[in-house]
Amino acid sequence: MNNWIAFRTLLTREIRRFLRIWPQTLLPPAITMTLYFIIFGNLIGSRIGEMDGFNYMDFIAPGIIMMAIINNAYANVASSFYSAKFQNHIEELLVAPVPNYLILAGYVTGGIARGLCVGLIVTVVSLFFTSIEIQHLWITLSMVVLSAVMFALGGFINAMYAQSFDEIAIIPTFILTPLTYLGGVFYSISLLPEFWQNVSLFNPILYMVNAFRYGMLGVSDIRIEVAYAIIITCIIALSSFALYLLNKGTGLRN
Amino acid sequence: MIALSIRNLSKTYKNGHEALINIDLDVAQGDFFALLGPNGAGKSTTIGIVTSLVTKTAGSIKIFDIDLDSDTEKAKSYLGLVPQEFNFNGFEQVKHILVTQAGYYGIHAKEAAPRADELLKQLGLWDKRHTTARSLSGGMKRRLMIARALIHRPKLLILDEPTAGVDIELRRSMWGFLQKINEQGTTIILTTHYLEEAENLCRNIAIIDRGRIIENTDMKSLLNRLDKQTFIFDLKSPLPEGINLSNINYQQIDELTLEIALNKNESLNAIFTVLDQYNIEVSSMKNKANRLEELFLSLVEKSEATL
Repeated sequence: MNNWIAFRTLLTREIRRFLRIWPQTLLPPAITMTLYFIIFGNLIGSRIGEMDGFNYMDFIAPGIIMMAIINNAYANVASSFYSAKFQNHIEELLVAPVPNYLILAGYVTGGIARGLCVGLIVTVVSLFFTSIEIQHLWITLSMVVLSAVMFALGGFINAMYAQSFDEIAIIPTFILTPLTYLGGVFYSISLLPEFWQNVSLFNPILYMVNAFRYGMLGVSDIRIEVAYAIIITCIIALSSFALYLLNKGTGLRN
Repeated sequence: MIALSIRNLSKTYKNGHEALINIDLDVAQGDFFALLGPNGAGKSTTIGIVTSLVTKTAGSIKIFDIDLDSDTEKAKSYLGLVPQEFNFNGFEQVKHILVTQAGYYGIHAKEAAPRADELLKQLGLWDKRHTTARSLSGGMKRRLMIARALIHRPKLLILDEPTAGVDIELRRSMWGFLQKINEQGTTIILTTHYLEEAENLCRNIAIIDRGRIIENTDMKSLLNRLDKQTFIFDLKSPLPEGINLSNINYQQIDELTLEIALNKNESLNAIFTVLDQYNIEVSSMKNKANRLEELFLSLVEKSEATL
């Protein structure tokens, strides 16, 4: 069996899916992020002044791009995999000789593809408001990919357990969004009291946003190597767990 | 060569329901095999386990001598499944569904596309190749699932109620198509509620009831077990007055219709001889019930009585 063809087929199907429904997948983040730039960056930001030596618009741009990437990588896998379960067409894959690790890789790469697509769109939008020059290209790109992988895995696990569309919305609404807003997208944690600075260190999104900001602006609240170590550890843990659930057939097989 | 070998297969669901109890089943290569049983008997659970959609509690399965547990991918590559419920993405185009499914089996799109075209033409879906699947009629959706199951040219095709809700004309054309692919070498396992379908298509049969195989034999031997058959005779003219048909076990339904019961040791010729003596012409004759149906009901009743 040619596993590469199976993987490419699954990935192509995932990309075709989010491109087919682009008004639901690509357009909303472009609009939302434009509003963030206008409201927080332009209107409010002009009164805030500088943060970490950058004007507020430039400071929040990496965080907003990263927020779009992780939200969309997560949402793509969660909704696509749950829809496949809901409509039973996941059976097409379960019956076929596609190993479980390849099913996971196909869906996660689909999530990364949408995350990157949306990231690119938001970056283009940001160029109308900022004039960022990337300081560390490889850190920027690797952080985009690693963050998308991590959240695509999160979306996959969410979809494995989900029994209804409501359960697909609960995690992003009650966990992902608060963590994103508290992950240093709009502020530097150095502004927080020490206790809340320490609490913030338990938020993985803080590491992604800061490492990405370091790649783009050259400033960060945390050490880059710590960010890499935490994100890679999370990816290993989440992918092992997702594979365990797939092998067990959680939510898929009776 | 055995296409499908099932040994000591058991399935107990979390709620304690024993769907399968230690079943053994062999299906020979090239066979057209019927797996029958009342609702909830365990047919779909058996198919689900063979196709990896349901996890088993115990037992082993080999597909063309490949163990499903130890060489899962290879065993799966021999299988094609037409499930009972529609299970494709309704928003995808018909041809995309086929080419995508082929891709899951490692078949390149360049090779899959002409195969898909051929199947779509054979199954009368060519005009709908660019239509989204949800726009198809029920019969077309069933044919799409058959095309999808065949796109990788499986050696063993499993059809779970493939003609449910399909009109008789389409059902017959699907029978013809399935017979053709069976003649070309594909082993077929069929579950159906249309016992006429099983009788017409299948050479061997297993009947499952309450999780146990209660019969597993060839269709001919099974049908030979019928002790009595009832025929409906349509007459050209009413029976003459004062006629004596005392040596025939019959019942007059109306003036032109007779219901005649025939024991296994009696011949139809004897009936016709008697009718001929009275110049009674028969315009048509048919079985009152499907023969397999009569046997099926008696076997299931017997199985229930022993529990």
